Amino acid sequence: MSDPKRNPPDEITSPQVYFNRRNFIRAGILAASAVATGVAYRELNPIGTSTKKKIETAAISGIQTNSIAATNNDSGFFVNEEQTSYEKITHYNNFYEFSTDKEEVAEAAANFKTDGWKVSVEGLVQKTKVFDLDDILKIAPPEERVYRMRCVEGWSMVIPWVGFSLSKLLDAVQPLSSAKYVAFETLLDPMRMPGQKSAVLDWPYVEGLRMDEAMHPLTILASGIYGHALPPQDGAPIRLVVPWKYGFKGIKSIVRIKLIPAQPRTTWSDYAPNEYGFYANVNPHVDHPRWSQATEQRIGEFGRRPTLMFNGYEEQVGHLYAGMDLRKNF
Amino acid sequence: MKESDIRFGKLLILVNGLIPLALLIWDKSQNKLGANPQNFIILTTGMMTLIFLILTLAVTPLRKITGWNWLLQFRRMLGLFAFFYGSFHFLCFFSLDRAFSVSSTLSEMVKRKYLIIGSIALVSMIPLAITSTNRMIKRLGGKRWRALHRLAYVAATAGVIHYYMQVKADVRQPLVFAAALAILLGYRIWNFFLNRRPADVPVTAKK
Repeated sequence: MSDPKRNPPDEITSPQVYFNRRNFIRAGILAASAVATGVAYRELNPIGTSTKKKIETAAISGIQTNSIAATNNDSGFFVNEEQTSYEKITHYNNFYEFSTDKEEVAEAAANFKTDGWKVSVEGLVQKTKVFDLDDILKIAPPEERVYRMRCVEGWSMVIPWVGFSLSKLLDAVQPLSSAKYVAFETLLDPMRMPGQKSAVLDWPYVEGLRMDEAMHPLTILASGIYGHALPPQDGAPIRLVVPWKYGFKGIKSIVRIKLIPAQPRTTWSDYAPNEYGFYANVNPHVDHPRWSQATEQRIGEFGRRPTLMFNGYEEQVGHLYAGMDLRKNF
Repeated sequence: MKESDIRFGKLLILVNGLIPLALLIWDKSQNKLGANPQNFIILTTGMMTLIFLILTLAVTPLRKITGWNWLLQFRRMLGLFAFFYGSFHFLCFFSLDRAFSVSSTLSEMVKRKYLIIGSIALVSMIPLAITSTNRMIKRLGGKRWRALHRLAYVAATAGVIHYYMQVKADVRQPLVFAAALAILLGYRIWNFFLNRRPADVPVTAKK
């Protein structure tokens, strides 16, 4: 009889099989952990897998090829630099109302509807009016304006906007002489702009311009890019573009424009007054307290390029700030 | 734990630690790093550095709480991964952001507080990486080696501050790292006071 304490020889796993099984299990663990790590990486960085849907928005009809730009290169209306691709303009957005992640705004804003949009123009004007979007877009014919866009974070693009000078709207409502500033306000609707559910900024987003800045022909209300209506992530249906200022001055999805006697509060300046000023003119000589503004990463280019004074619009707007200390009024 | 299990554990860490790098390179080759790939690479390698620093610092508390002393066997590899990603992070900044310009890298580094602090984090990891071999542990002696390797606390703290300082407004992510670090360092402080034997504690100031 065999020893009962010992397994019969045929029940003992042979060392070969035992080690094979062990190796098999180990290979399984290794593969499973590798997949788990890969999935975790993808979850945290969805960028590599996100399929970028091309956003279809309506073509804007009747865009004027600007006669001033054609005859006069000094207008600044048409920057002769390579334009940033539509895909990049629509997938790299600072629009905290939807997401604080620039790469995720497009998806978060995809279902944003702008039907029945109204813009109230009010304050120190002869003709206070609540415009339907269509009516405000009829104030002046749409023009193509190709501007540099410099973000305060140190990157830049060249964007072919469609819009018209804000001055046309202001002229239409007839400002009173007591109007010294223009204040702008974004829609406040946390249901449609989910980023507003978090208190990362003080909602609604507000911005402002001095009257002469607002009246400058370079300052536009834009309703499109690349000849088509603005997609939600770029500030649909109507936004401000002030090309010589940092991007955050270009308030998006505007619902109110108010003419007022004194400098309005502005969102980023409220958030960190020592870092973001009211003027926020692009200035390579005045650094952000935490990072340099001397150079910029042009999206789509390798390496950094020098940042230009007033973003390259010094000739057109420098006189607005004559005699001002731009270090103090940053 | 058997020697072969430990070897396998190290292989697990090696493979999993390299996966983020592999995916980063793959996504780059597929042109899928978004509109600002330079920025994405620099940010991701920085995050990996912080993750590995946190994992390295988690070994001791976990070991003490669970009694799994074998965890210690993996700490060196985790720490070296932190150093690897940290060095890579710096190289990416030097090449992609500063376009290989030594002068602009240096002038930027001394001018920007967040870069000074980031440099402190990286530089403080250098002696740790150098003295990570068994021979160096022997040469220094356990006590001195452990004292030197407290620099890991400096590296992790500076690393988290370096990240926090660059965020414009949404500080949730750096705060997650800060919270993890606070727990890990808090545990050590707590332990330090708990383990002080009554004899060590002066009862009164009198002699």
